[in-house]
Amino acid sequence: MKVLVAVKRVVDYNVKVRPKADGTGVELNNVKMSINPFCEIAVEEAVRLKEKGTVTEIVAVSIGPQQAQEQLRTALALGADRAILIKSDSDLEPLAVAKCLKAVCEQESPDLVLMGKQSIDGDNNQTGQMLGALTGYPQGTFASQVVVEGGKVNVTREIDGGLQTLALNLPAIVTTDLRLNEPRYASLPNIMKAKKKPLDTMTPEELGVDTAPRVTLLKVEAPAQRAAGIKVASVDELVEKLKNEAKVI
Amino acid sequence: MSILVIAEHDNSQLKPATLNTISAAQAIGGDITVLVAGGGCAGVADAAVKIAGVSKVLLADNAAYGHQLAENVAPLVAELAAGYSHVLAPATTTGKNLAPRVAALLDVQGISDISAVESADTFKRPIYAGNVIATVQSSDAIKVLTVRATAFDPVAAEGGSATLEAVGAAHDASNSAFVGEELAVSERPELTSARVVVSGGRGMGSSDNFQMLEKLADKLGAAVGASRAAVDAGFVPNDMQVGQTGKIVAPDLYIAVGISGAIQHLAGMKDSKVIVAINKDEEAPIFQVADYGLVADLFEALPELDNKL
Repeated sequence: MKVLVAVKRVVDYNVKVRPKADGTGVELNNVKMSINPFCEIAVEEAVRLKEKGTVTEIVAVSIGPQQAQEQLRTALALGADRAILIKSDSDLEPLAVAKCLKAVCEQESPDLVLMGKQSIDGDNNQTGQMLGALTGYPQGTFASQVVVEGGKVNVTREIDGGLQTLALNLPAIVTTDLRLNEPRYASLPNIMKAKKKPLDTMTPEELGVDTAPRVTLLKVEAPAQRAAGIKVASVDELVEKLKNEAKVI
Repeated sequence: MSILVIAEHDNSQLKPATLNTISAAQAIGGDITVLVAGGGCAGVADAAVKIAGVSKVLLADNAAYGHQLAENVAPLVAELAAGYSHVLAPATTTGKNLAPRVAALLDVQGISDISAVESADTFKRPIYAGNVIATVQSSDAIKVLTVRATAFDPVAAEGGSATLEAVGAAHDASNSAFVGEELAVSERPELTSARVVVSGGRGMGSSDNFQMLEKLADKLGAAVGASRAAVDAGFVPNDMQVGQTGKIVAPDLYIAVGISGAIQHLAGMKDSKVIVAINKDEEAPIFQVADYGLVADLFEALPELDNKL
């Protein structure tokens, strides 16, 4: 079977992001960019399914600027077979991204779409569910286990209070949570090989997707800072403060 | 304006996050309808009609909605949404699973995890793991929002007298099925609604050591949480994780033990009323948000605290 894996170029998770002084956006100059950690888990899962013999082809797709090629090359180095870049210089909203992915699904007819549950920049947690609505595919969100058998995929989901398992007909969409797997590191020979793997580029316009924004970013600001309190010297002092000053116990 | 709020429930009980979501709906202003979609959930609708500030409750009782499968519930909500200006769901795993599927069916861009209402079309929400707060304005005709429960005080569960209306529409996509679930069983209060939360981090050192926290929690009537580091280290299961990608909590008292205070964790608990930090590293960032900090070895401080409470 064929798997489509969506990957996003985002600010590296180690970078502490700050709002620009004028509040129009976040400071992104000279900031390290990486593959979104949840997307990396999705790539890893696809590669493991291929190693098991369940999957025969992995197509990685990214919607983003020209530089998102770097993240697609990472996916190729991790084990994807080929890649598609849908080039857009503006930051697309989840609905527009889902529409682009739907167009790719129509071209590629994957049996399974694997993607991160959210990207660590916008924290929207929407694109997979939206792609489900647009394609009519069932969705297994926040996956901690994925088992493909008998024309279905069983997805164990991390839900409030525990775990839930769903059986989805294929084709299906699975969005990954943190504990689905631990992604491998790309080896140097695989990084070299990835440079020769095919990478096609297209645009949302070529796919017939309207990407006009629906939501306007008015302002960004730092969160309200909580003032630091006091240090107490002993457990006795702590108990006394909690009882008599804060009155919470 | 007219607002449709999706109730969160388990077919027998209404979940408290619904009350916070209705509070966000009141901040937007307008006539509030609550949808109870489930299987064998009439009792939940009976509870929902009593919620203060709700004018109508819609009950969609059908086996296809019993496990809140998004493939079945989303078309129902999208069909009902035509008559409303806003559709709100709690930003729980259920709400996050459903709302975007509804939004895409309506061809609108939903807004996730709102933490404040500025006006009927303008909302605040945390992005970049809570490092930045964005103010965003929607131009869509129907606003589909998920609501961060801790950012809104709950409305009263009693005192209302809404009308109850049954919805006959049955949607069954038949492409997904519920197989099973493993829910943590605990005598302790639920993490997101507990008045006191005791959380442990990597500093706890092992799964066994979490029993010290559990003992303290039982004395305080508290829920037990954990940092991502403690979950990743395998000390505790993932549903105990407090943070941007885990549970968002805002109890009256939050006790962080052996937690350094990564921004990811702070994003999940910094709205707590009183924060206590116990950590042996006096430079730990957790002390920058703690009302009371105790620089101590937790293996000495915890038993002592347990004795003196």
